[in-house]
Amino acid sequence: MTSNIVEIDNLSFGYKGRLLHKGINMAFPRGKVVAIMGGSGSGKTTLLRLIGGQIKPTQGEVRVDGKVVHEQDRDGIFLLRRKMGMLFQHGALFTDLSVFDNVAFPMRELTDLPESMIRDLVLMKLNAVGLRGAHTLMPTELSGGMARRVALARAIALDPCIIMYDEPFAGLDPISMGVICDLIRSLNDALGATSIIVSHDVKETFLIADYVYFVADGVVAAEGTPHDLMQSTLPFVHQFVHGEKDGPVPFHYPAANYQSELLNQQL
Amino acid sequence: MNLKRMIKSNLLTSITRFLSGIGYRMIARVWRLGAGTRLFFLTIVYSGESFRRFHLTLREIYFTGVMSLLIIIVSAFFVGMVLALQGYNTLQKYGSSEAIGVLVALSLVRELGPVVTALLFAGRAGTAITAEIGLMKTTEQLSAMEMMAVNPIARVVAPRFWAGVISMPILAALFSMVGVLGGYLVAVPLIGVDSGAFWSQMQANVDVRDDIVNGVIKSVVFAVACTMIALFEGFDAPPTAEGVSHATTRTVVISSLTVLGLDFVLTSFMMVV
Repeated sequence: MTSNIVEIDNLSFGYKGRLLHKGINMAFPRGKVVAIMGGSGSGKTTLLRLIGGQIKPTQGEVRVDGKVVHEQDRDGIFLLRRKMGMLFQHGALFTDLSVFDNVAFPMRELTDLPESMIRDLVLMKLNAVGLRGAHTLMPTELSGGMARRVALARAIALDPCIIMYDEPFAGLDPISMGVICDLIRSLNDALGATSIIVSHDVKETFLIADYVYFVADGVVAAEGTPHDLMQSTLPFVHQFVHGEKDGPVPFHYPAANYQSELLNQQL
Repeated sequence: MNLKRMIKSNLLTSITRFLSGIGYRMIARVWRLGAGTRLFFLTIVYSGESFRRFHLTLREIYFTGVMSLLIIIVSAFFVGMVLALQGYNTLQKYGSSEAIGVLVALSLVRELGPVVTALLFAGRAGTAITAEIGLMKTTEQLSAMEMMAVNPIARVVAPRFWAGVISMPILAALFSMVGVLGGYLVAVPLIGVDSGAFWSQMQANVDVRDDIVNGVIKSVVFAVACTMIALFEGFDAPPTAEGVSHATTRTVVISSLTVLGLDFVLTSFMMVV
């Protein structure tokens, strides 16, 4: 058993002739919380989809628990996915099912557990995220933060080895953000799992991550512990971490000369 | 000379763009047809789940079949009444108004029952299926299912497909029954055609093999086509509000045209065989 549960090796991915990732290398050690950070459109979520086998790399490989993901057939990928749990950006709860049924969904679909045991397990998972009392509600009756917590309970329903979080803090109020932050760390430690967080919220991510990768222009621009990166003098990392308006990532989208464009009436 | 060359070059560019536009559209249509056929075969392959856990299919039968009952029954009633009125108007000129029962029954069982049911089904249940699956895709529910190692074709598509295939022939049969009843109410109590002649002529002239079985075959074929089009459009919809709205519109347009086209093809074969 290797010490890294997920390894990304010289990975390139692109479509329509444009490369989004150009030779990325990453390692996700067991039991750690690892963050992938970068600006919008830098391909962070695509990396999660590559790890989950939803898309295939153009070059290089992703290994999950020693197995090359894109070499697996459909059954092999489904077996690998049973080791994974994923929290989607907006929860992706099934809107026709109650909170209870949402969390019970993977148990009913993938196991032969009796309904009485599923009931106890669902209540335990919901209790872990503080929403046992909300098990009868429908997803439309939940706030954004509550929906994210239910989705988290569903993601950990089958005690996965890897939990992936796609922008877990996006659009949450400070209280919900703190709750999710705390849950990610505590659930990771309690389950002995490996967490992969994709985010651009520096403060929250740095608070819980053991290691951080910065992705920019299709490559790993920087990596290290949150403490190292806070001290980093690399222009991109400095701009990102301190939220500076201008820097290596320019404020202006590339455009023609301002003066000549104003004088020219044609668009 | 220069102007002449410029006009020639512009004309050539326009023609090339026009032809490449046609080519692009053709390729896109063929690609979608192939993707739809692939989804159909995958749905058949992954259908086991729909029968092993029949409650999933039953739930969809309720939404697509039972919830369509009202529109089917009301439409059938009016269609039957109009058929009787129009039929009587023509038949009485030839002194054969007693044949009104046969005319109503044959029109409904052979053509109007399966065709109008399919058109109403596409408008009511088909659009609902497309919008639901399109929104499930937009809100990442299908991706979530995939990431949970649950096959969305087995869990979402197949139960809806079989629900449509089971529901539509039953709805078409109901349509014909209620239509005949509507025709009877207009022909017998309202116009005064003899009740015995109405039913006995119908009994004597409607054939089980040639009329009823053929009608059932048509409704099964329309059910497969309408449900599959609705499912594919939802599954293939771009994950945006605009994408889902266009997909829903396409479901109605493509289903309606397919049903009418298939009706002609099936009727031709049934006439020959």
